[in-house]
Amino acid sequence: MPEVAIQTRDLTKKFGDFTAVNQISFDVRRGEIFGFLGANGAGKTTAIKMLTGLLSPTSGEGSVAGHDIHSESEAIKKKIGYMSQRFSLYDDLTVKENIRFYGGVYGLSRHILRSKYDEILEKVDLKDEIDSRVGSLPLGWKQKLAFSIALLHEPKIVFLDEPTGGVDPITRRQFWEMIYKASEDGVTVFVTTHYMDEAEYCDRVSIMVDGKIEALDSPVELKRSFSAKSIEEVFIELARGAENSDG
Amino acid sequence: MKTIQFILQKEFLQIFRNRAMLPILFVMPIVQLLVLSFAATYELKEASFALIDYDQSSLSRELSAQFQATGYFSLEHKTFDTDEALEELKAGNVNMVLTIPENFSRDYSQGNSVSVQMLIDAVDGTKAGMIQSYGSSIIRDFNQNHIREVQLISSKKAPQLSRIELIPVNWYNPDLDYITYMVPGILVVLVSMIGLFLSGMNIVREQEIGTIEQLNVTPIKKSHFITGKIVPFWIIGMVDLVIGLALARYGFNIPFLGSLTLILIVSGIYLIVIQALGLFISTVTSTQQQAMFIAWFIMVVFILMGGLFTPIESMPVWAQDLTLANPVAWFIKMMRMVLLKGAGWQEIQHMVFVLIGMGGLFYGVAINRYKKTAG
Repeated sequence: MPEVAIQTRDLTKKFGDFTAVNQISFDVRRGEIFGFLGANGAGKTTAIKMLTGLLSPTSGEGSVAGHDIHSESEAIKKKIGYMSQRFSLYDDLTVKENIRFYGGVYGLSRHILRSKYDEILEKVDLKDEIDSRVGSLPLGWKQKLAFSIALLHEPKIVFLDEPTGGVDPITRRQFWEMIYKASEDGVTVFVTTHYMDEAEYCDRVSIMVDGKIEALDSPVELKRSFSAKSIEEVFIELARGAENSDG
Repeated sequence: MKTIQFILQKEFLQIFRNRAMLPILFVMPIVQLLVLSFAATYELKEASFALIDYDQSSLSRELSAQFQATGYFSLEHKTFDTDEALEELKAGNVNMVLTIPENFSRDYSQGNSVSVQMLIDAVDGTKAGMIQSYGSSIIRDFNQNHIREVQLISSKKAPQLSRIELIPVNWYNPDLDYITYMVPGILVVLVSMIGLFLSGMNIVREQEIGTIEQLNVTPIKKSHFITGKIVPFWIIGMVDLVIGLALARYGFNIPFLGSLTLILIVSGIYLIVIQALGLFISTVTSTQQQAMFIAWFIMVVFILMGGLFTPIESMPVWAQDLTLANPVAWFIKMMRMVLLKGAGWQEIQHMVFVLIGMGGLFYGVAINRYKKTAG
């Protein structure tokens, strides 16, 4: 595993005339929590989809876990976990069945899966709900479960696309504790969010405006260079010049 | 292979948990088979007719009595007024007006040729055709019985007395029983609908609920995924087919002349063809509604051009050529051949190979069209 977990050079995605992601270049170091900030429509999800192999880039280079995103997307998929913006567990399956299915797809044996059930349920505090349908759980629990399932196959890198959208502050706090825990275990965390307070929890933060990365540094450095009190102020400062930030 | 097991387990759990789906899977085909088989009949039952008998002779009365005696026609109205009879026809009260001219009996006895008129309501073309053919055969019989008497009385020789007699014998379905003919075909249609619709809606459903994206970031193999999607509905389709065959055998007393094993093998191949087509639809659509609409469209064309309701042989040549690409037509043909004629592997093997070809094609295209990475 190289020191650089994710690397992009001039990565670009165009949909017809519209350039969703415009020549972004950045490195994510192994083990760090990398915050990927931007307004709605700034291109965060498009960028994350290119890195996870869901979308092929129009131009530019990129590598994830040492594999080229153009030619080795299936190799990348074995090493990454992904939690999409949309909730993506099966509502009509139980907690246990969801864990079993996704684990099985990643090639985990039934023996390993048995130990995983306890581990995950312990982690998200869902012991009594193992046989409940996921559809009946509150959103916060679902999100925590989805995160645990993204980590099920012990990936080196995990991509989280707005994982805390719509959940209450307490659950958000718990969610971030889970992120810290994963990071301590050596997992590189690539997280998008539009909660600016969450940006403060990250090791480094990039701010995307209109498909371009306008700033990239640690939260402390960002605040100093923009002489702002919070990341929110930095963000507003940068977003003010945007034309189609809400597209 | 282990991945497929996990996919299968998940698919079955979802199918059996879906309360709207389960009855559709097992009850609907049975109900439809029962209802359709009894309803889809081409037999003429009690066509009503109006009689205008200008002759009023014993011979004319005998002719009209012969129409009623068959049980296929019932006399609704008797009149001497043509307009009145036509009104009845227009109002839909009678299906046919039978007119016997004046001097019918006299001319007939003298050995002259006479005509009677059948005015048929042909809004329903099939029924009109049946009335015409049943009517003509009644008149033919009538002729046959009387022509000898006429010959004895009259010095003239009847001109159309035919020396060649046609004796039709219906093989494979001696009583021309429509249920025997329809049931195997209807069974095909029901199994096709289940196969096409369920698989057609399946992948696109994952897309609608957002889980496809989660699957696409896993190292799942495309062929595993498609196979995991096909197998569960294949098993259900086969179960439905076996239920249907049992009903056909014991409920409708359809003869099972051919080998049941052969039927099951052909059905298994056919289901793969139709499901792969469904999955292909699923990969090119983005909502269940779109998938459903396209599946319906294809199904209707397949059924109408499948030889179930209208014989393929009576279609124009270009349409007959088109049916070569219709798996439903092939399957209906094979079902009828094996069940009713007792055809074996020798007789149907070329058709089986056609089906296998289609299955391979659709399967390949479905796997190819399913993209884990979008453009």
